[in-house]
Amino acid sequence: MDLYKKTAHEIKELIENKEVKAKEVADTFIKRIQEKNEDLGVFLYVDEEGAKLKSEEVDKKVGNGEKLKGLSGVPIAIKDNINVSGMQNTCASKILQGYKAPYDASVIKNIKNADGVILGKVNLDEFAMGSTTENSGIQLTRNPWDRTKVPGGSSGGSAASVAAMMSPLAIGTDTGGSVRQPASLCGVVGLKPTYGRVSRYGVVAFGSTLDQVGTFARDVEDCALLTETLAGLDKNDFTTADKNVPDYKKSLTKDIRGKRIGIPKEYFGEGLNTDVRKAVDEAILVFKENGAEIIPCSLPLTDYALAAYYIISSAEASSNLARFDGVRYGYRSKEYTNSLDLYTKSRSEGFGKEVKRRIMLGTYVLSAGYYDAYYKKALKVRTLIKNDFLESFKNFDAILSPTSPTTAFNIGEKVNDILAMYLSDVYTVPVNIAGIPAISVPCGLSGGLPIGLQLMGNYFREDTLFNLAYSYEQSTSWHKITYEEGGRK
Amino acid sequence: MSVTKSDVEYVADLARLSFKEEEKEELIGNLNVILGYVDKLNELDTDSVDITVNPYYVENKFREDVVEKSMPLKEVIDNSPQNIEEYVVVPKIIE
Repeated sequence: MDLYKKTAHEIKELIENKEVKAKEVADTFIKRIQEKNEDLGVFLYVDEEGAKLKSEEVDKKVGNGEKLKGLSGVPIAIKDNINVSGMQNTCASKILQGYKAPYDASVIKNIKNADGVILGKVNLDEFAMGSTTENSGIQLTRNPWDRTKVPGGSSGGSAASVAAMMSPLAIGTDTGGSVRQPASLCGVVGLKPTYGRVSRYGVVAFGSTLDQVGTFARDVEDCALLTETLAGLDKNDFTTADKNVPDYKKSLTKDIRGKRIGIPKEYFGEGLNTDVRKAVDEAILVFKENGAEIIPCSLPLTDYALAAYYIISSAEASSNLARFDGVRYGYRSKEYTNSLDLYTKSRSEGFGKEVKRRIMLGTYVLSAGYYDAYYKKALKVRTLIKNDFLESFKNFDAILSPTSPTTAFNIGEKVNDILAMYLSDVYTVPVNIAGIPAISVPCGLSGGLPIGLQLMGNYFREDTLFNLAYSYEQSTSWHKITYEEGGRK
Repeated sequence: MSVTKSDVEYVADLARLSFKEEEKEELIGNLNVILGYVDKLNELDTDSVDITVNPYYVENKFREDVVEKSMPLKEVIDNSPQNIEEYVVVPKIIE
């Protein structure tokens, strides 16, 4: 069987058992990237040399009889807003052109320490602002299942890299659904961990109270493996929690008897595509058959989460993006008269349209006279939404919903309708507002396009999510269908 | 509340951004659409509700002040668009 079709845990086993060399694995995926990238536009930077060196280092360890760490030479793709020493970190923006990261993000250190092999950097919506990867200032990424569709976003490159088997694993960032939504649209597994579970040091900030680094994989076991590698306290990020990281492998059992799953009616209302609803309804039956208790519930504030999200995320973004001024790194305008002119011209020429729109919105809601009406109001609503979830988790181990109201839509379809675009995140945003973890797993196909279901869990209960998702996966075969068999090409 | 052209110009100045006339018109439209949508938050009574900034409360952490190796200066300075030796070049600020 072709090596590129294998999952991360299968590759890990092959390397550990000396059945295949890590170098051979790295070469296979580099070749696969070279074959597919021109068409799909996934990778922005391929580190052939780095992958070669790292995989040879792993092979040397195997040769010396050393025990390999967690990732054992498995390759991984990195969203291009996470610093990897010596590589570009464009955030898919013109304003960071020419930047070369002088250090590793903490998650990258963890990957390297775990013997992971970094393949390169993948595309995103500029500064992670978007739901389709169409806002990339560099290139268009296509959905491997259907080249005329978007891969979702903002981590569209990460999701597409795993779906197209250009990499068995990938990491991205999730501020309002940017891991789960593209995972759903590309038919792969995607996890947004609890706020504070994974370090953000070295990750370019968008909405600091919302951002989390998330994981992409072909199945739940791989997702758990990668999450365990990244999670934990980091002295360079004081928002990380001093909480033990469980052995997630122990959660990978089919047994979910006695688990209580809430089905919130607000996530099944207007705007939900019929095929998506049908697939999720069928999935619910599988959870029931496997022993979980299915209970209808209500999260009445769901409808308000998106409004609060756009205020909070834009406000935080406007502040975080103030550092891009053409002085210390990145793009500088060619003509300017004084410092103020240098900042204004560099920013206006360097940032793309959507980023400027959000900076404007964020600056507006934080400006004198509007702060209380918008920003403070949104932070109060945030408390209500969080309490809604906390109340629910007294009764439930998890809450189940669709990940996205539709399957992947056409390239260009929503670019001129900002509200329609924002509404595609309606099911994923509440999780970031509350800071809880959530996972998206493939649960069906509609016209050759993947459908995903979302499981939301209580704070730091990624283990419960893995247990439920794994149980579902073991009873179905959606995760095994790749675009090569099921897609429309 | 409705966003006007002077609001857009005022906020653009605060954000250190400049826009062409047609871009300003488009922004007025966009911002009004988004602010119109977020107005729904006013349906909720939040008078007695506290704000939440960080979704998960983490106690302040302190660490020993240990001297560590800094990033290589050259790699950091090389990232600036204009530099001389170990300095970043910017326009003159003080006349």
